This record gives sequence, C-alpha cells and structure tokens, in this order.
Amino acid sequence: MNRIDQTFAGLNGEAALIPFVVAGDPDYGRSLDAIVAILEAGADMVEIGFPYSDPLADGPVIQAAALRSLQQGHQLPDCFRLIRDVRSKTEKPLIAFTYVNPVMQYGTERFFRDLAASGGDGVIIPDVPIEEAPELAQMASQYDISFIPLVAPTSGEERVRAISAQAHGFVYCVSSLGVTGERSSVASGVKSLVETVKRYTDLPACVGFGVSTPEHAAEIAAFADGVIVGSAYVRRIEQAQSEGDGSVAESVAEFTRQLKNACQRIRL
Amino acid sequence: MLSESQQSYLFPDPNGRYGQFGGRYVPETLMNALIQLEKDFLRLKADPSFQEELSYYLTQYSGRPTPLYYAERLTEALGGPKIYLKREDLNHTGAHKINNTIGQALLALRTGKKRIIAETGAGQHGVASATVAARFGLECTVFMGEEDMRRQALNVFRMRMLGAEVVPATSGTKTLKDATNEAIRHWVSHVEDTHYIIGSVVGPHPYPQIVREFQRIIGDETKQQMLAMEHRLPDAIVACVGGGSNAMGIFFPFVEDTEVELIGVEAAGRGVETEEHAASINKGRPGVLHGAKTMLLQDPYGQVTPAHSISAGLDYPGIGPEHAHFAEIGRARYVPVTDAEALDAFYLLSKLEGIIPALESAHAIAYVVKEASRMPKDTRVVICLSGRGDKDVEQVARMEGELSQ
Repeated sequence: MNRIDQTFAGLNGEAALIPFVVAGDPDYGRSLDAIVAILEAGADMVEIGFPYSDPLADGPVIQAAALRSLQQGHQLPDCFRLIRDVRSKTEKPLIAFTYVNPVMQYGTERFFRDLAASGGDGVIIPDVPIEEAPELAQMASQYDISFIPLVAPTSGEERVRAISAQAHGFVYCVSSLGVTGERSSVASGVKSLVETVKRYTDLPACVGFGVSTPEHAAEIAAFADGVIVGSAYVRRIEQAQSEGDGSVAESVAEFTRQLKNACQRIRL
Repeated sequence: MLSESQQSYLFPDPNGRYGQFGGRYVPETLMNALIQLEKDFLRLKADPSFQEELSYYLTQYSGRPTPLYYAERLTEALGGPKIYLKREDLNHTGAHKINNTIGQALLALRTGKKRIIAETGAGQHGVASATVAARFGLECTVFMGEEDMRRQALNVFRMRMLGAEVVPATSGTKTLKDATNEAIRHWVSHVEDTHYIIGSVVGPHPYPQIVREFQRIIGDETKQQMLAMEHRLPDAIVACVGGGSNAMGIFFPFVEDTEVELIGVEAAGRGVETEEHAASINKGRPGVLHGAKTMLLQDPYGQVTPAHSISAGLDYPGIGPEHAHFAEIGRARYVPVTDAEALDAFYLLSKLEGIIPALESAHAIAYVVKEASRMPKDTRVVICLSGRGDKDVEQVARMEGELSQ
C-alpha cells in the first residue's frame, strides 16, 4: 500500500482534494511554497505538472505556465528536486503529471527510479493510452509508483473496463471533451462515467478537467472519490505572482480551504 | 541486400507501428475516434464504389494523372542521369496535397461528418482542405501559426475566399508544429462531429497509413508512366521531406522494388552544423510528437526544438514515422539540402525548364543538381515536383530585395 492508497483509505467518506500546479511556475521557490501551502491548507495530495514544450492535453492557462517554467530552464531534474524538497516537509502523496516524451528521453527506468527516490508516489501521462502503456506501467509498478490512467466521456464501456482493470492509485475521469481549462459548469455525463468506472474497479474514481469552483467541487464530491483542480490553481498563481512574494502561497492556500470545505460538506 | 521485412512489406502492424516508430500517443478522449477511423478507412479502402468516386474526383476535379515529364534541358545542363519530373504541381490548387484532401473529405462524408479541420504550414494543405470543403459542402476550420499567417497572407485570403475559417495558433513558435497542436486540441473538444484531415504522413495511427494510401497514386502513376516510356523502373526517386507525404506517396509503390533507390531530401536550413535546420532524421533522436514516435528535433530533456527552413512546408521538427522506419531499415536514405542550395535550384528549374517549383520541391531538385555528376549517364532519376512555386514568388522577391540592400 503506497501513500495514495493509504490516503484514500483514511478519508472516511469525504472526497479527496487533488490540486495541480506546474513545477517551477512562477519560479522554483514560489512553486515549492505554493505546493507546501496547498498541502498544509488541507489538500489530500498534489499533482505536480512537469513542464513540456508541446502539452497536447492542456489548454492555454497550463500551456502558459509550462512556458514560464521552461523559460527559466526547469527540466526533469528540477522537477525531481522539487518533489524531494516537498517530500521533506510532508507525508502526503505527490503525483507527477508528465507527457511521455520527456520520460522516454530521460530513460523509462531511470525516470521511475528517480521519481521514487525523490519521494513521488504516482504518475499521470495524458498522452499514453492503455495501448501504449504496458512497458511504462510495468516499470512504474517495479518502483511502487501508481500508474494512474485516464478515462474519457468518449471511452465507452469496453475501454473503461479495460482501463480500470489495469489502474493503480485511482482512475482519473476526464469530465468533458476537450483540453484542461476552467469551465462554467460540471458536465452532465461525468457522473455516469464515474459509475461505470466503479462497476469495474474498487479503486477510487476522481474527476478532473474543468473543475473550477468550490460549487463544482461540491457537486462532484457527491458522487466521486476525488476532485482534481488544475487550471483554476494555475490561474491564481499567475495572477498572484505580480502582487508580491507572499501572495502566491496565500492565494492558493485560501482557495484550497474553500475547495476542501466543499469536498467535506456534502459527504458529512 | 533485400531483407525479410522488405520482401513482404506489411507495415503498419496491428498496433500502428512501423518497426519501433508510429503508435498512438494521444489523449484517451481521441482513442475511440482513431479506432473507428481505422475501421472506416479499411472498409472504404476495400469498397469499389468509394474507389470509383475517389478516382472520379482525382481525374475530373484535380486533373490526374499528372505527367511524368522528361526534363531535357535540365538533363543536358547537368550532364548526368536522365531526369524526369513527376508533375504534382499541375494538380488543382498547385500541389500534391489535394490527393489526400479529396480522399479524406470523401471519408468524412461517408462517415457522416459535416465538419473538417486541418492544420497548415505554408497554407498549401489548408487551401487544399478549404477547396474540398467548398466542393463537398463541409464546414472547414484551418489552424495556422500566427507567424505563418503573416508570411503567407495570400494563402490565408485564399482559404477565407473558399469559405474556411482560419484560426491563428499563437502558442509556442507560432508555426506548423503549433498549428498541429491546436488542431489536435480542437479535435479533442469536437471529436464527435468533426473529421481531422491531417496533411501529411504524421500523427497517430491510422493517419500515416491513410495519408500514404491517398498519396500513393503519385508512385503508382510514376511506375506505370516510367514503364511505358522507358520500359524499366527508375534507378532513383528523389523527393523532399517535411512530414513526408509527397515522398511517401511516390516511394511507397516502389518499396519492394529494392533496385530503385529512394532518397528523401530534408531541409538543412542554414546548415545541419548550425541549429537552424529541419533535418529530423539526420540530426534528431527518436521521440514522440503529435501522437507518433518518430525522429524528432529536441533538447536533451525531450523538449521539442524549433525547426528552420526557407520553405514553410518543410519547417517541421518531426517526420512521418514510416520515413523514420525506412531510414532505420535502410530502405530509403535521407539527405540534407540547405536554404541556399534550394534557392539556386528554384532559379535553375525556372530558367531551364520554364517551371517555377515550390521551395519545398526545389530541395529535391537541388540534391540532384549536386549529385548529378556522380550518377551514371545511363540511369534514370525521377524527382517528385510536389508543388508549384507561385506561392513562393513573393517571399523570394522579398529576400532578393533584402539581399540587394
């Protein structure tokens, strides 16, 4: 049982809050402070986005964050260093969110070895569907890294079954068609996607893509095991960075408290 | 030597792989659409009524077959092999791109899609997509890098005249790579009612196979024409390679004719020894771009690095996965040609043959110009003249203006 499994086991019915931020955005120090603040403010685990030049699954907000990070020269070793620095301050699960090419170039085994050694617990690779996953998933398992797959509204029952059967950690349910980014409402089909996943696995089903407000979080927390919030965090970081050093961590901490409150309220 | 894999060339394999290359590295949201597309494509490929309709439009609408033209004066001037030009520039819209867009538009129609999207670099594929959209009554959105829109303003106007919406890609380097990213992102949002017409033998499986199939008419005709005119196969075929669709189109029907040398010409930009080139096979490493594993220009940590070429159509940091495979098994070789060499060839063909080639195609000509003296006189070389140079005249004039200042 790694930290992800333990965390879900200890939730007592409330939904996990899983924020996403990009490593090195707006700079190394403030992204470290933001992650620590997010976890201290009540997030259950965090996804750390590794910056990539061509993030196909991401909308403009996260693309811009990746670019800000890359322009400062942040690469895989810096992401591992960030995870190590966060790990020295928390026992909560840390999940790497990365595209496949940087993993391939770093070397698959070396990637998982270094991720595990840094204190990472899981990995999400949005451009690796199950067809391309076997070697990566096997290597992840060798280093006790949960290989967390995505299911989409277009997956259909057969693929959801196959994906859920091979999942570790949790199943990431993509709420709606499209790339990451804030949306005005929660897509109506995601509840039935979560229910389909749950027919085929006992693992938690978490919902992400477009989750933007505490109201969305509360709505999702009523039927899912976790709420993933990305662009709404990244946008707050972008806004706060111009307002002085302390404000990035403060801004994301405040948002985290609102979201976590929403995750708890419904299930209590 | 003929290797096992070449005698019965069966790629892609069931996983969409060409050796180690290819595959489907895309968000899960697209997977069912790609699987369905593969099924539809294989069904229609075997459907005589589809083939008949395709053939009708290629003949009556695009003007096929295109001539295989003996370039007598170029041959004399170079004093080497007999040079033939496969005149894809004579297609409707001025390049080979329309072979693929007609095929994919018919595919979209037969699968009930009312809307197509496309990416474009120089604008040739965008224009070819907008053209078929107009002809078949499909709604059309073309993604084009903001930088390319500025460089190719006339093609932007042309697409809009044809009724297409042109959307600027403002991310990254604002060129073809980023336009492709934007098209894929848009497709993820509209996958249920939209067909994405990829313009080259790139992207996730089954796209490299689909585009190869719709472009192989170039090579099929070349083979027939060569046999009729010379009663033998050519000794070498030379084609420029960006993503590589004209090259794959003319190469593929010869893949098992191993006595025919296949030569892909990559854009060397300011030189492969500089950082400003687009020579993915000569200077890249295996990596993933736009859904496929292929040879890729990238930094040590796998960030994709910008490509450079005088020709917007070759200005791409990747290459079709099957070309990467051909390079790996040695079935084709890939050679670099610089901006300056291509520009010389652009003028040479214009002056000797009265044919203004696209800057892309000028790369293929330049390679033969360089190598002609080393090739035996009794050999026959076919150059794929993938497009005409009208679109490049303004750019070249601007460059000449700069040169004379």
